[in-house]
Amino acid sequence: MIPEIGHFSLIVAMMIALTQGYTSLKGARTNDFELMRHTKPLALAQFTLISVSFLCLTSSFLMDDFSVLYVANNSQLALPIIYKISAVWGAHEGSLLLWILILSIWTVLVCRYSNNLPKLFSTRVIGILGLLNFGFLLFTLFTSNPFERIFPTPSDGNDLNPLLQDIGLAIHPPLLYIGYVGFSVAYAFAVAAMLSGNLDRKWAKWTRPWTTAAWLFLTIGIGLGSWWAYYELGWGGWWFWDPVENASFMPWLIGTALIHSLAVTEKRGVFKSWTLLLSISAFSLSLLGTFLVRSGILISVHAFATDPERGLFILIFLVTVIGGALILYAKRASDLDDNVNFSAVSRETFLLLNNVLLVITTLLILIGTLAPLVMEIFGMGKISIGAPWFEIAMLVPMIPLLIFISMGMHSLWIKDDLRKVFNRSKFLFIAATIIGLFVPAYFYGRTGLLLVIGSVLSIWIILSSFVSIKNGLFTNKLKSGINRSVLGMAIAHLGLGLFVLGVTFVSSFGIETDRSFSIGDTLSVAGYDYRLNSIKNAPGPNYQAIEAEIDVYKDNLLYTKLYPQKRTYLVQKSPMTEAAIMASWNKDLFIALGDSLGNGKWSVRIQYKPMIRWIWFGCLIMALGGAIAISDKRYRSSA
Amino acid sequence: MKKIYYFILLANFTSSVFAIDTGPAFEDSKLQERYEKLISEVRCLVCQNQSIKSSNVFLAVDLRNEIKIMISKNKTNNEIGDYLVERYGEFILYRPRYTGYSLFLWIAPLALMLGGLFVVMRVIKSKSN
Amino acid sequence: MMNKHYLPIIFFFLIIPIFYIGLDRNKSELPSPLIGKEMPKFSLPSLQNSNQIIDNSNFDYEVFLLNVWATWCSGCLEEHPFLMQLSKSNQIPIIGLNWRDNKNDAIDWLENYGDPYNLIANDQSGRVAIDWGVYGAPESFLVDSNGIIIHKHLGPLNESIWEQEFVSLIMDVKNK
Repeated sequence: MIPEIGHFSLIVAMMIALTQGYTSLKGARTNDFELMRHTKPLALAQFTLISVSFLCLTSSFLMDDFSVLYVANNSQLALPIIYKISAVWGAHEGSLLLWILILSIWTVLVCRYSNNLPKLFSTRVIGILGLLNFGFLLFTLFTSNPFERIFPTPSDGNDLNPLLQDIGLAIHPPLLYIGYVGFSVAYAFAVAAMLSGNLDRKWAKWTRPWTTAAWLFLTIGIGLGSWWAYYELGWGGWWFWDPVENASFMPWLIGTALIHSLAVTEKRGVFKSWTLLLSISAFSLSLLGTFLVRSGILISVHAFATDPERGLFILIFLVTVIGGALILYAKRASDLDDNVNFSAVSRETFLLLNNVLLVITTLLILIGTLAPLVMEIFGMGKISIGAPWFEIAMLVPMIPLLIFISMGMHSLWIKDDLRKVFNRSKFLFIAATIIGLFVPAYFYGRTGLLLVIGSVLSIWIILSSFVSIKNGLFTNKLKSGINRSVLGMAIAHLGLGLFVLGVTFVSSFGIETDRSFSIGDTLSVAGYDYRLNSIKNAPGPNYQAIEAEIDVYKDNLLYTKLYPQKRTYLVQKSPMTEAAIMASWNKDLFIALGDSLGNGKWSVRIQYKPMIRWIWFGCLIMALGGAIAISDKRYRSSA
Repeated sequence: MKKIYYFILLANFTSSVFAIDTGPAFEDSKLQERYEKLISEVRCLVCQNQSIKSSNVFLAVDLRNEIKIMISKNKTNNEIGDYLVERYGEFILYRPRYTGYSLFLWIAPLALMLGGLFVVMRVIKSKSN
Repeated sequence: MMNKHYLPIIFFFLIIPIFYIGLDRNKSELPSPLIGKEMPKFSLPSLQNSNQIIDNSNFDYEVFLLNVWATWCSGCLEEHPFLMQLSKSNQIPIIGLNWRDNKNDAIDWLENYGDPYNLIANDQSGRVAIDWGVYGAPESFLVDSNGIIIHKHLGPLNESIWEQEFVSLIMDVKNK
């Protein structure tokens, strides 16, 4: 019964979404307020029905209803409850339902917080969001129905993929989707503006908080994904340039460019068509990511079980949503010319450079991800493009970008002077150079070109951010008080600096080694001694495991104990490694069990990862900066 | 199509297990570093986008062995790359070759930067007049 | 009407066909760079008799099939009946390359299911398989009288694949 209710709710929700789109867009075009009046209630109804559907799927999992195919494929009786819940979005069909739910939540939020916007505009936005959800609901109901039944009902399920039986699954996809889906609001704002023929500084001001909110969730979502892959997959890597990871990074880069572009448009009324194009592109890249991951077109560890028929559907959706918006853009963007000027040296220029470099980075990632496919289609051979290419390609736009961030943060709007820019920056740059050149080399005993560049540039950004924070806290504007917008910006940049510093250190000084030992042996890696004390059985709720107890010594004193495991999950019978990690602010010690080599000997991979937590901590700080910026007074008064 | 998955599945059976050599391949740390870098750039053909450094399926083990042998015979990285490409095609290397069509990939970053510079100059020119 | 704002949509509509075509492709087939090249030189002990050496001089056939197999490979079991049928029809000699297998298991397996092979080389270490660019069993190679590899098939063989991919190539070789 419950799956039927869930299924039925989705069908009704789909029809409501379509109606929502109709009342809004037709109503706005014909100025029919009676029609438009229905938009918000419809949006609310849509949200309610989708929530019901989501709850139905969740209860099917909690009640172990294996007559539902999706539940049978992704759960089992002995699965711990928290994983039964997160399994709801653990595979293709359910994750789509999560996406749809989140889109309906964003829509309701727009309904609630758009009283300051002109009626026509806000109604259009809600209608566009409704049509987007209509598309997703159509896709789900026709090709990926989570409520499909299986007969006869199996007595137990196939279990959730062991790699997903982790807290990471509970939080990473929801946060990531909030970000991906949130960019649809900026998209809807852009399309609404193009339909009404009106795009001005006010529009930029309205769009900003929504975009920043989506961006900050995407930042956390991606950071979480990286952290999860690091400890769960056991190789100690935190980014693989896997196509699915790239698919999440591209919207983030464009979203970052969008936030900056919106700032310029709001403040100075320039870059309007840029901002419009970026608004469309951010969500387009989210959709593109969805397509790449679910169509089976690329090889990836993250890819959902897929088939090309679904891929075709998503492709058609993509063409409609993105193509439609871009055609509108081609027609309307020329009307947006402005007569605002700024000098060659100014904050506007720095932000222009910033955006161009971010777009170049995005294009490079797009090329790296799609070139193998293109080459194969045109008979140019089948090649692979992996980390070796991406890492080098990234540096080309990123290094100038990092430099411009530090210089641009303190530059003046409209007109600035190059000498003054240098003067303002030089003290901080010199300090950063001294610290960057000597401190890492002193502590880790090695140096290198990329290490120095990375250290100096990230420390420069960090120092510049601190100066900005000081300015933001102690601003001497007319209305005294903390300028949260400036504070948010500074903190976000601080987060970026911390992130780059972490990446630089881990890449330069990280150590990874394969060894083997028996009980009683000690291995030395990077100044720490690892002694294998014992190996014993450690069964879990739905798995069998072998656990090693390892004492870690530093300078002959016991530093910590680590317990890496090798698990065999009972249903899927796939072996899995649970690495043991000793985390601290300035390093991680990471050890994973390999295979039993016979005679009590075991192979292990031991890793030393200096400053790796700063990578994810940096992401959190960036998101914090975004949150602070949104809480600025000027947005609150308008709710 | 499904049939191809049979053996990939079987071969994949151990790929989610942590893949480890039983000890460093080389005593010399420079050689070891070179070895580790090389194997991180070779694709495990039966895995879903992993290097032979991170996988323990026996194809990965065998290829690691071959590379180990070639390094001890003083082959250059290029020669090792050629060896693999001769047998498996360029798909097996994560680092695209510097010749042929892949050259465009290596030129792309600079080309885009030049394009970006052009765009920036045009915008500034029109805005600062 | 042509202004720079049309660039994004043009760019977009150039990319879309790529995705469309990409949906159709069979991703897991890796084209072999050995096609058209001389087969790798090797010398391995025979599976049944380790004193007997099998090397390139044994392959003095007009055309033959090299089949890479192992007992741990389920696809090999699947194609086995077809291989038995093929060997009985005497269309083409079949050479087996036993890949990374346990010798006794392999011999038992053949006793159980039948032996379609004229000769079987025992590639215990997998080095020869690497020379042939093997990455997943079963794989089958069609080699002509000059030792040139003219075709490779990845995955289990059956009637229809044989008809479609191998028969005409074999006839071409025989007609030369």
